Amino acid sequence: MAVVPSLMDSLFQRSIDDVIKGLRLCPPGTESIFISKSLDEIRREIKSTDPQTKATALHKLTYLHSLHSAEMSWAAFHSVELSSSAAHSYKRVAFLSASLSFNPSTTQVILLLTHQLRKDLSSANPHDVSLALSTLSAICNPDLARDLTPDVFALLASGKPFVRKKAIAAVLRVFEQYPDAVRVCFKRVVENLESDDMGILSAVVGLFCELTEKEPRSYLPLAPEFYKILVDCRNNWVLIKVIKIFAKLAPLEPRLGKRVVEPICDHMARTGAKSLAFECVRMIVTSLSEYDSAVKLAVAKLREFLLEDDPNLKYLGLQGLTIVSKTNMWAVLENKELVVKALSDVDVNIKVEALRLVMCMVSEDNVMEISRILISQALKSDPEFCNEILGHVLLTCSRNFYEVVFDFDWYVSFLGEMARIPHCRKGNEIENQLVDIGMRVKDARVQLVHIARELVIDPALLGNSFIHGVLGAAAWVSGEYIELSRNPFEIMEALLQPRTSLLTPSVRAVYIQSAFKVLTFCLSLYLKLSVDTVASQLLSDTELDNGNGNVVVASSSMHRFTKESFVNLMNLVETNLGPLAGSNEVEVQERASNVLGLIKLIKLIVFGSEGDNVKGEVEASEMVKLIFDAFSEDLGPVSVNAQERVPIPDGLVLKENLGDLDDICGGDTEFSLPSSFSIVKLQKMDAAGTSDCTSKEESETLTESTSLLAEHRKRHGLYYLSSENAGTVSNDYPPAIDPKDKDADEAEDLARLTEESLVIKKKPNQARIRPVVVKLDDGEGFNVSAKKREVEGGDLISGAVQEVLLGNEATATSSSSRKRESSKKSRERNKQQHGHGKERKSQSTGKDKEHDGQGQREKPKRKSRQRGDGGALPAQSSVIPDFLL
Amino acid sequence: MIHFVLLISRQGKVRLTKWYSPYTQKERTKVIRELSGMILTRGPKLCNFVEWRGYKVVYKRYASLYFCMCIDQDDNELEVLEIIHHFVEILDRYFGSVCELDLIFNFHKAYYILDEILIAGELQESSKKTVARLVAAQDSLVEAAKEEASSISNIIAQATK
Repeated sequence: MAVVPSLMDSLFQRSIDDVIKGLRLCPPGTESIFISKSLDEIRREIKSTDPQTKATALHKLTYLHSLHSAEMSWAAFHSVELSSSAAHSYKRVAFLSASLSFNPSTTQVILLLTHQLRKDLSSANPHDVSLALSTLSAICNPDLARDLTPDVFALLASGKPFVRKKAIAAVLRVFEQYPDAVRVCFKRVVENLESDDMGILSAVVGLFCELTEKEPRSYLPLAPEFYKILVDCRNNWVLIKVIKIFAKLAPLEPRLGKRVVEPICDHMARTGAKSLAFECVRMIVTSLSEYDSAVKLAVAKLREFLLEDDPNLKYLGLQGLTIVSKTNMWAVLENKELVVKALSDVDVNIKVEALRLVMCMVSEDNVMEISRILISQALKSDPEFCNEILGHVLLTCSRNFYEVVFDFDWYVSFLGEMARIPHCRKGNEIENQLVDIGMRVKDARVQLVHIARELVIDPALLGNSFIHGVLGAAAWVSGEYIELSRNPFEIMEALLQPRTSLLTPSVRAVYIQSAFKVLTFCLSLYLKLSVDTVASQLLSDTELDNGNGNVVVASSSMHRFTKESFVNLMNLVETNLGPLAGSNEVEVQERASNVLGLIKLIKLIVFGSEGDNVKGEVEASEMVKLIFDAFSEDLGPVSVNAQERVPIPDGLVLKENLGDLDDICGGDTEFSLPSSFSIVKLQKMDAAGTSDCTSKEESETLTESTSLLAEHRKRHGLYYLSSENAGTVSNDYPPAIDPKDKDADEAEDLARLTEESLVIKKKPNQARIRPVVVKLDDGEGFNVSAKKREVEGGDLISGAVQEVLLGNEATATSSSSRKRESSKKSRERNKQQHGHGKERKSQSTGKDKEHDGQGQREKPKRKSRQRGDGGALPAQSSVIPDFLL
Repeated sequence: MIHFVLLISRQGKVRLTKWYSPYTQKERTKVIRELSGMILTRGPKLCNFVEWRGYKVVYKRYASLYFCMCIDQDDNELEVLEIIHHFVEILDRYFGSVCELDLIFNFHKAYYILDEILIAGELQESSKKTVARLVAAQDSLVEAAKEEASSISNIIAQATK
């Protein structure tokens, strides 16, 4: 019930002090109770007709909102109501609450404020005006901006400096929300650039600093005004802003740089204020980097900063060096020892800055040395910074496809070393790079396999959950490039060691798959050996296409491949993986079952039937050869954009409603194994055209693994798709890994990609020392559109600005181009010539249109002068004031 | 530009928040939590800048209060430190050696003073004297109104309406 508070309520209303005191006396933990109690009171009091009671309530609410995050959007209307009070004190409370709590885009009642704001903007009391301006700047939305533009425009020429400067500051928000306001207000804003009042100058320079940030080109014509301020002004804060403006303008116009370099160097040498000095340094190193003498001075200043005890200056000095490093590397190298010293600073921010700088220095020649220094630093540091270092090293070395890495053997061992650092939390990145290098850099594989072996074989590492990813990568490398390994048996033992139970299931699945690959490899070697002696002609060309030097390495260990050792190997696998066939994890269970199935099959064919041993071996070797071939195919790197390139198949409707799910679930009848449950690699074997009998046997090996699933399916049929459906879907699905399947449209893109990468890989350039790193040809230009969108907001403003400053090209098409030129020129002159200042002021009191008209009328007067200057400039540079030439 | 100004006590209590860029209430709470976590843990004699979500936060401790301002990446950190100091000096002059309690019980005054120094995230008045003069003038306006409002006759008039 809405109760209007009585006199008693007004008399005994709790004041803001009472609330604050009450909150302070609250025992910890009970503040929220007190706040909600106060809010209840406020809700009642705020409805009062007495402005004093209402104001106090709103004041309390504002306090709770701004400092205790109480919700107050419900009170928005009360703020509006109170703001119409004639008393400044109530108005002040109302506007404070509005500016703190209103959200320009969601608060509906803002529009109700328009009238009140307009009234206050034209009030006789300057304090009301300034209050309204502050509020407008905080809550401005497009509607407010549009409706109040005339009022703000009037204030831009206010006789009271403190009102005028606030109007200038607030006009920034008006421009942002309503770019058309630029057409009305811009000229007046520009006039204020010549003000003598430091407050006004500071405000207007601040405004232009914000505007140039977004789109600098439009403000080039104002360069003379800015230049005058740069030379004449003695206020450091204004100078900093002007220098910021020039930092944006100078890159657009080379002649401007030549002009400002001297005053800026003067300021840098003269000033005692570090803030101004640093701004000069930053300006020089970002925008004037081609002026060597200036850069030298700036770098000397930075060195001064670095040598100071003040941590702020040290930090900024390093930051300045980071900027210089992009253009003038010598500056960093000159201060190398200071930078390295900063790596062991007490302040982590300074350390990070120094680290970034060190990473800037990295090149092909010093990457090993720098990495060495950094790793020793990492070992000494706290865990957080240690990982910061590792992250930076990894990022820098992998940048642009390992651009700086020349010696991959070194880098791969380095990766292994990093993974072993106790605090290392960068397992993911190391994991990715290990696999990536394996795929991209063929020449690094021997060393990679060596490092992977060391990682996989070490039981101690399995206990550290942060490097499980790295171990997964190592296991993958060991399996994928097993033919490069000296001792496959050892790898197999490592992959199956008992402590692998500590691994996460996904990594464990990789271990099992790698074990599968190793097993296949050993099988193929063993069978080849034994079959060769009997029927060598059958398989004479099996290994030829694989025949690099690699096989030689392996064949040295082939002598150990006796039947006995082989049976031992299979038994080892069987005992270790046996229990996993019942694992809860699908990946682990399925892969383990695959391996077990293969072993069962081999044992059956090769060792099972005593009589027909040779025939069995031939048969088995054919089968193993197929599996092995599937594995020995080189995997290429896959482009980030590959997925996007796969077109959606014709029949596939992705947004279809799943309404007919019931039908699908009803048709749960039969379950055909091969089509719904086959690993892609096995499927590929089918595609390659194996004899029926082999594939049938393969599917038999899978029965064990799938029987469990089948059972599960029977019980929870609801959650499965019907088998026919599954079959067709799996056939339509692009076989992403199979590059040979050219018939499938959707796979073609991927296939092309893979082939390309393979082609590049096949001709390694032996003349160069650096191994070839495979790169895919597509760039990663997917951020372009996002960037463009960002600029748009500023574009509207700058478009209007250009219109005001230069005259709009589009609207002036009727007049001759020459005329347009001259009008542009005349307007510039108008601005440059300080002698005409008075004339302009008198104009500005009139309407904007008149203003324009006058500018046109003045043209003939100026024309002769312009000719004298020799206006034979290209159209583009006509925006540049003549005095700079 | 300055995106927001925060005053946080050493115990993590918020004493003033002023937002010059749009943040929802949820974001505001999150920002305050994140920054007080970052800044209050930093020891003395470290630099006064922290990088945060692509912005820079410049902070300075005065007695038990941390004054924080968030600025863009290429804004001038030292200038902002000077602005903070400027603000503190004006507060000091206004309250007469300011302490945390002054700001707790006069939070609105701190806002009014800040409004005279910054507008739309930009510095607008670099003269301490001018700010002091303006705030004093506003105060006298308020005082006059208050006296009128709290007079007994006024209350009676209200009650008998």
